[in-house]
Amino acid sequence: MARLGQDWSLQRKGPVDQARHLARIKAALRERLGDLVTEEAIIASDGRQVVRVPLRNLEEFKFRFDPWRGDHTGQGPGGTEPGEVLGRLPTPRADPGGDGGDAPGADVYDVEVTVDEVAGLLFPDFRLPYLEPRGGRSLEQAGPVFRDIRKVGLLGNLDKRRTLKANLMRNARDAGGPRIHNLRPDDLRFKTWVEDRRQVGSAVVIAMRDVSGSMGDFKKRMTRAFFFWMLRFLRTCYRQVDVVFIVHHTQARVVDEESFFQLGESGGTKVSSAYELCRTLMGTRYPASQWNVYPFHFSDGDNWSDADNRHTVELLEEMLPSVSLFGYAEIREGGYASTLMTAFNKVQHPRFRTVAIAQAPDVLRALRRFFQPEAGGWNHEPAS
Amino acid sequence: MSRLPDAHTIWEAAKRLGLDPWPVQFEQVPASVLYEFAAYLVPGRMNHWSYGKAFHAMKTRYDYGLAKLYEMVVNANPAYAFLLDTNTPLEDVFVMAHVMGHVDFFAHNQCFRSTPADMTEQVARHAERVRQYEFDHGSRRVEQLLDAALALAEHVDWPAPDASPRRAPQAAGLAPDPYRDLEPSPPPGERSGKTAEANPDVLGFLAEHAPDLEDWERDVLSMVRVEMQYFWPQIRTKIMNEGWATYWHTRIMRVLDLSDADAVDFARLHASVLQPGHLGLNPYLVGYRIFEHLNASGGPDAVWLAREVDDDVSFVRNYLTEDLVKSLDLYTWGVRQNQVEVKSTSWQVVRQQLVQELTHGGIPVLHVEDGDFHRRRELYLIHRHEGQDLDIPYAERALRHVAALWGRPVHLETRLLDAPSGQSRRVVLSYDGKANTKLML
Repeated sequence: MARLGQDWSLQRKGPVDQARHLARIKAALRERLGDLVTEEAIIASDGRQVVRVPLRNLEEFKFRFDPWRGDHTGQGPGGTEPGEVLGRLPTPRADPGGDGGDAPGADVYDVEVTVDEVAGLLFPDFRLPYLEPRGGRSLEQAGPVFRDIRKVGLLGNLDKRRTLKANLMRNARDAGGPRIHNLRPDDLRFKTWVEDRRQVGSAVVIAMRDVSGSMGDFKKRMTRAFFFWMLRFLRTCYRQVDVVFIVHHTQARVVDEESFFQLGESGGTKVSSAYELCRTLMGTRYPASQWNVYPFHFSDGDNWSDADNRHTVELLEEMLPSVSLFGYAEIREGGYASTLMTAFNKVQHPRFRTVAIAQAPDVLRALRRFFQPEAGGWNHEPAS
Repeated sequence: MSRLPDAHTIWEAAKRLGLDPWPVQFEQVPASVLYEFAAYLVPGRMNHWSYGKAFHAMKTRYDYGLAKLYEMVVNANPAYAFLLDTNTPLEDVFVMAHVMGHVDFFAHNQCFRSTPADMTEQVARHAERVRQYEFDHGSRRVEQLLDAALALAEHVDWPAPDASPRRAPQAAGLAPDPYRDLEPSPPPGERSGKTAEANPDVLGFLAEHAPDLEDWERDVLSMVRVEMQYFWPQIRTKIMNEGWATYWHTRIMRVLDLSDADAVDFARLHASVLQPGHLGLNPYLVGYRIFEHLNASGGPDAVWLAREVDDDVSFVRNYLTEDLVKSLDLYTWGVRQNQVEVKSTSWQVVRQQLVQELTHGGIPVLHVEDGDFHRRRELYLIHRHEGQDLDIPYAERALRHVAALWGRPVHLETRLLDAPSGQSRRVVLSYDGKANTKLML
């Protein structure tokens, strides 16, 4: 009947397994990134709202009875009569990630995610590629960088490999042979950080968007999703990047951010109009000598004529030597590459990357292709 | 102000009233520890993310003030009971009185006859071995193995009732051999073939006969199996156990010397425990009322007998009367056109429904039919359909876990009810390592 009064403050098993579970959630979310990136609810929420994401892989599947078939026992406060309605079933929900065709949406393991959490999964690997120091307004990247090794430091930052190496070397020198033995405080090596503030040059992103009549709902959604994450990435990871918004159909014009995301117009498409405007901007406000220039263009490639295609390619080739990276994303709903894409595919230049978007998860691919560091494989995707 | 009784006084009071609990060791722990034990069910159990998930969910509910657990009891001799360190002194007295009922029940109900007395040490040894396997084979492989094993955990045979008198601490050496899971498994040549009879110990069968498992994997399966055998009696006696503890905390509190203010506080706590359920039953309330009714109609002897020989199924079938169903306001409900509706309040219908839900702990009964199906060492399981359909999408995913253990194609035969005709059709679900298939027979 004793009470031990033991100290329980070091008991950590629950939190350890909780962390394992959270790591599984993170891994499952990473698998679903393609869907999450184009999830309207997340984009529209602007960080204030959480979105519930059903993750089927995290359920504990067992042999169990169908919870929605047959009768069950219940209990009331008294005087319950047959026929009384006790509640409504939640409406079954579409489950894009699941592979079971089951109707009831209940019992799916939901995880709440915010824009920031999705961003946290996305951005760590993203860079503005080929970013160089250039005049203009300077772009500053700041943050701690681990690139120093010292003999004193925090034990959590112990560099085990270097510590063992130091021990081996000392033993080789003093104890007659390279063995790991007799570890001394003198052998310890610690990783240490320095605050890094690098001037990485000024950058401008020229965001071009096709708003012609052929850009249907799906295409608009994909475009919006890409530019939403692009902006968020630029504003999260860089202090200052200029962004110019251009919309075009047969004519191109510079608009503000809000109209860029909202405009939907009609009419034909002349891609060259946008590229001409882009070239003009590079000739005036954003010369390559002063700026790292990143034009990104989203279109369905449904261009006015072959003549305009040729003109567009000429403009592109003229700009390529001066840009840091030029990205073209073509959104298709089924079907083949457009004549524009076919023309672009002949352009071989290390600073030109194209991507085709046929379904929602491709937006993630576009982000990864345009914002991956320099050493990035092919510039055109292999035909699929 | 009167001094509140201590643990020993409460134990003595329980003894005087006729209870015969094992000694109980009480520990006061912070919420994080109490919820951890509640998630793992036994302190010191092996690591798995699913326990962390349960812990997270429970702890969050507590942190937001949505639920509060006052105690948690571990069935061992001596028993361990953990009290939340933020309980008021009166809450502690109330909880300790309640625990006496649980521990008496563990000590005397026949379902617990073959439960080892030292389960806390066993699970700690298991945890240590699993930790070593993680070290040797990588935590990822161990996790995947446990994912699969836990999907099948409930499908083990129930420990057979032990005819010998109840265990005492000094007789621990005579308890069933705790090392039997360490015995070498039979050589691979003997690991196949049709089972002689329907074998409900699916997990045990896999541990012994799965063709390609390594010895350490068989060991992990056996550990999961042994732990589940420990939990099965608790699953089978939820209503009885909670009812018994509630029945006795009222009696113990009555004989303790409480001030008026404490008596009022106790009444409030007691009432909060006995809130009626909504779409489910409150096992405390249902069990308590059945015991009270049994005491009123059959006298104390009937109560003592039930505590010894019944499990939830027989308890409800024998003692849930028309009066009780009415006064507890029990009913059956079902879904009609997306609405949850009360179907019946007839006491026979309710009792029959409840018995069905409690049978086998509400878990489908599977058995191994053939370990050499198609003469290709495929595994053929049969679900014993007793009127309730399986959740097919769940079963298909669970079958993948079985296949992961068996290492070859696996099949599960079940039946699906056709609502209008009342007929059922045989269905075989299969998984061959790549795809699920469903065959209507």
